[in-house]
Amino acid sequence: MSAPTDWTRSTAAELAQALADGSVTSVELTELHLARIDAVDGAVHAFLHVDREGALAQAAASDERRAAGETLSPLDGVPIAVKDVLTTEGLPTTCGSKILEGWLPPYDSTVVSKLKAAGLPILGKTNMDEFAMGSSTEHSAYGPTHNPWDLDRIPGGSGGGSAAAVAAFEAPLAIGTDTGGSIRQPGAVTGTVGVKPTYGGISRYGLVALANSLDQAGPVTRTVLDSALLHDIIGGHDPKDSTSIDQEWPSFTDAARSGAAGDMTGVKIGVITELAGDGWQPGVMARFTESVDLLVKAGAEVVEVSCPSFVHALAAYYLILPAEASSNLAKFDAMRYGLRVVPDGDPSAEDVMRATRDAGFGDEVKRRIILGTYALSSGYYDAYYGQAQKVRTLISRDFEAAFASVDVLVSPTAPTTAFKLGEKLDDPIAMYLNDLATIPANLAGVPGISVPSGLADEDGLPAGFQILAPALEDERLYRVGAALEALLAQQWGAPLLDQAPALEGAPR
Amino acid sequence: MTASTDTLLSFEESLEKFDPAMGLEVHVELNTNSKMFCGCPTEFGAEPNTQVCPTCLGLPGAMPVVNRVAVESAMRIGLALNCEIAEWCRFARKNYFYPDMPKNFQTSQYDEPIAFDGWMDVNVPTEDGGIEVVRVEIERAHMEEDTGKSLHVGGSTGRIHGADYSLVDYNRAGIPLIEIVTRPIMGTRANAPAVAKAYVAQLRELIVALGVSDARMDQGSIRADVNLSLAPAGSGGLGTRTETKNVNSLRSVERAVRYEMQRHAAILDAGGSILQETRHWHEDTGVTTSGRVKSDADDYRYFPEPDLVPVAPSREWVEELRGTLPENPTEKRSRLQAEWGFSDLEMRDTIGAGAFGLVEQTIEAGASPQAARKWWLSELARRANDTDTDIAELGVTPADVVAVQALIDSGSLNDKLARQVFEGLYAGEGTPAEIVAQRGLAIVSDEGALSEAVDAAIAANPDVADKIRDGKVAAAGALIGAVMKQMRGQADAGRVRELILEKLS
Repeated sequence: MSAPTDWTRSTAAELAQALADGSVTSVELTELHLARIDAVDGAVHAFLHVDREGALAQAAASDERRAAGETLSPLDGVPIAVKDVLTTEGLPTTCGSKILEGWLPPYDSTVVSKLKAAGLPILGKTNMDEFAMGSSTEHSAYGPTHNPWDLDRIPGGSGGGSAAAVAAFEAPLAIGTDTGGSIRQPGAVTGTVGVKPTYGGISRYGLVALANSLDQAGPVTRTVLDSALLHDIIGGHDPKDSTSIDQEWPSFTDAARSGAAGDMTGVKIGVITELAGDGWQPGVMARFTESVDLLVKAGAEVVEVSCPSFVHALAAYYLILPAEASSNLAKFDAMRYGLRVVPDGDPSAEDVMRATRDAGFGDEVKRRIILGTYALSSGYYDAYYGQAQKVRTLISRDFEAAFASVDVLVSPTAPTTAFKLGEKLDDPIAMYLNDLATIPANLAGVPGISVPSGLADEDGLPAGFQILAPALEDERLYRVGAALEALLAQQWGAPLLDQAPALEGAPR
Repeated sequence: MTASTDTLLSFEESLEKFDPAMGLEVHVELNTNSKMFCGCPTEFGAEPNTQVCPTCLGLPGAMPVVNRVAVESAMRIGLALNCEIAEWCRFARKNYFYPDMPKNFQTSQYDEPIAFDGWMDVNVPTEDGGIEVVRVEIERAHMEEDTGKSLHVGGSTGRIHGADYSLVDYNRAGIPLIEIVTRPIMGTRANAPAVAKAYVAQLRELIVALGVSDARMDQGSIRADVNLSLAPAGSGGLGTRTETKNVNSLRSVERAVRYEMQRHAAILDAGGSILQETRHWHEDTGVTTSGRVKSDADDYRYFPEPDLVPVAPSREWVEELRGTLPENPTEKRSRLQAEWGFSDLEMRDTIGAGAFGLVEQTIEAGASPQAARKWWLSELARRANDTDTDIAELGVTPADVVAVQALIDSGSLNDKLARQVFEGLYAGEGTPAEIVAQRGLAIVSDEGALSEAVDAAIAANPDVADKIRDGKVAAAGALIGAVMKQMRGQADAGRVRELILEKLS
């Protein structure tokens, strides 16, 4: 690489190399990204809170370590953005909700602790659908995020802020969380790479729960290798999260590097028949089919696989998620932290609670609290929650059966490219359908990745290619994902994001 | 003070017309070093909100991790109650609002308790002085967490009504609790109050023997909820029940059962019906008052806690714990009765006074069985009764009793002086030896002092002295009394008698 003029266009791996060989300092990198945020975030609105001082202090510390001959991790000094659903000590954490406005958590989430321990300066907190409920980041109480490819379009959700920050070159890396596709679907519609690891692969401690049995934090990056580097840092067992898996994980970085060679000989790939075909945007399907063909040319064997229970996944998901969410959100009582709205007169504690929740929760959150409360009510539990758990078991069995004959399963990540802001806001069901392809992985706890597969012919917007692996086999995602990425890059000449429009001079 | 307008039927009439059924739910606070789901300490009486962390405060993002020691204690309690131990069980969220419950749900066990289907044989004192063994069936023992504690400031009652503001202390939030639930206890009739008391007392002894809890009712580390219903006599059915919450002494357990029996009976006898509700017990007035009406079933919206992995104790672990159980209290009681040579009546009185464990510890510490029984049942049980105090909370330990008895045996104290030492112990004046020294209680056997006192008594009572000189030795008692009075009871009575007879022979 010859003297790049703009480090913000580089991948994290390239930045790590540049830091290592002294081409740039962490403080310079952090300042460049903060300047980029100043320049474009007015238009994109990827960030809810930028921690200029904190990030620069962490960057300076990284530079000092490097000068002293020490580095804490392969990404020491590379800045990162974190979704506002992960607690950060002394930094606002709002979950995109008014009800947590002004809350400064007294503790770091484990993911954030690990980032700090690995020396990654934290640029700030990224926008999201309120309490991660949504597929477009339009449900943020602080206003929507815009898709850097077309500012009139959604960046996906709920992690639209994290995906847009990476796609708009405001941050080389970001952390998202994926409950039903909130890392992968934003990845698909913004042309970024998003990984949902095996459930339990990354600690949930300090991740403000949407649906505890489905939530999983993961990387949002420009390349598969960057995701692997980040995953190696944030993954692993955490004694504070008893659902985190206690085992040694292989190096995902090694898996991504070896996959990038592009040899797919001996790899068996299953195309999920239920997640493709009629009703899917033709441009999305075209990019998907081409990607499958590339993998075949590289030596992979491809078969069609049926997962018949997947047709019920959405219904089961929209019972389990609200049930857990309704319980999680009951603690926002206006008494101890966050918003407090005191009505006029001589209000009782209940009056304060009612007024605060009325003002503090948005419509989508209220909708799901009501749904979840209903689904768990005595007399309805068996019909709804219990039934949904049975569907969940069936979906796991579909995966088991499929993985008995193939190494990975593939599908388009989302049925369409990014839709227009406001287009589906009044039609919750249409909005929910966008997560059709991603939800089964959350219900079964298996890992998935979305890799950019090109631009749809009809609108020129990014489409995503989803790869799913059996639980604990995240390594396969990086192997196959890196291979596909390398094969596609040969066509594009560079990562897909290089084709994204420049946003300079675009603030609104 | 709570006034009650309840009409009561006499206990005897209640029994003529109705059969009681009881269910007891006992909450035991475990004495683990850390809380149920986090590493916070559990020390009682610490400054408010100093033993808290994101997890027990229920802060957004915080997660629970199960305390292994608490699971172990729960299993040991289950095993001691002859329960099955679940091979696989889970925690559930019990969703409801409570002002001092930080998460707005309690992490508890619902349909999958750690221990179930057990029993305990309870020794119940009977009217005729005997002991009846009643088998109480245990439905389940499950794990859960305690809530915080509210303090209502302002207002006269200390209750939320009329208070200016409320403070919440979360130190107790997340302390491990085991809830032990009986099946309905039927057929105990007039014995129902005594069975309830004996069950809780024996359960408490068991918990103490297991070493899993401080088991102090006055500090709330054991709390009992009393469910009671009446059915027409001989019908064999179950009536509508009331649940009297947080009864916090053994005596109150008995009184609350009796009160609710009489209250229900009066309502039913007048043709009324019982409202299913929770009731509050008032220790001061001995009545219950209405709490929350449960006309609609509570909807706790239970579902499995997704933040915790299931608990699946291996059978090896269960057997290992079974090996750590103390002797079964009932069997132990029979064994000790034989060893101590107590009659059934003596045994019954000891148990009835709640002094069984204390007597045992006193004997273990070196006192003779009769001496241990004498002090705990005459002096100490009376004191407990007079002052309405739990006998274990008098401030007298088994070691104190042993020390007092040793002073008697060595001739330094007599029974009368010993009672004064106990007075000192109640007042917290120190050890028995310190109290003897401070109060100057030791028996005087100094020859000079005794001789002087005898001379004075003889001089003051010439008539009595003459009678003794005439051979009426029995009259010596009056002179001994005079000497003892003069020496405030601290004279060695035997030596005084010898001196009197020597001087007047």
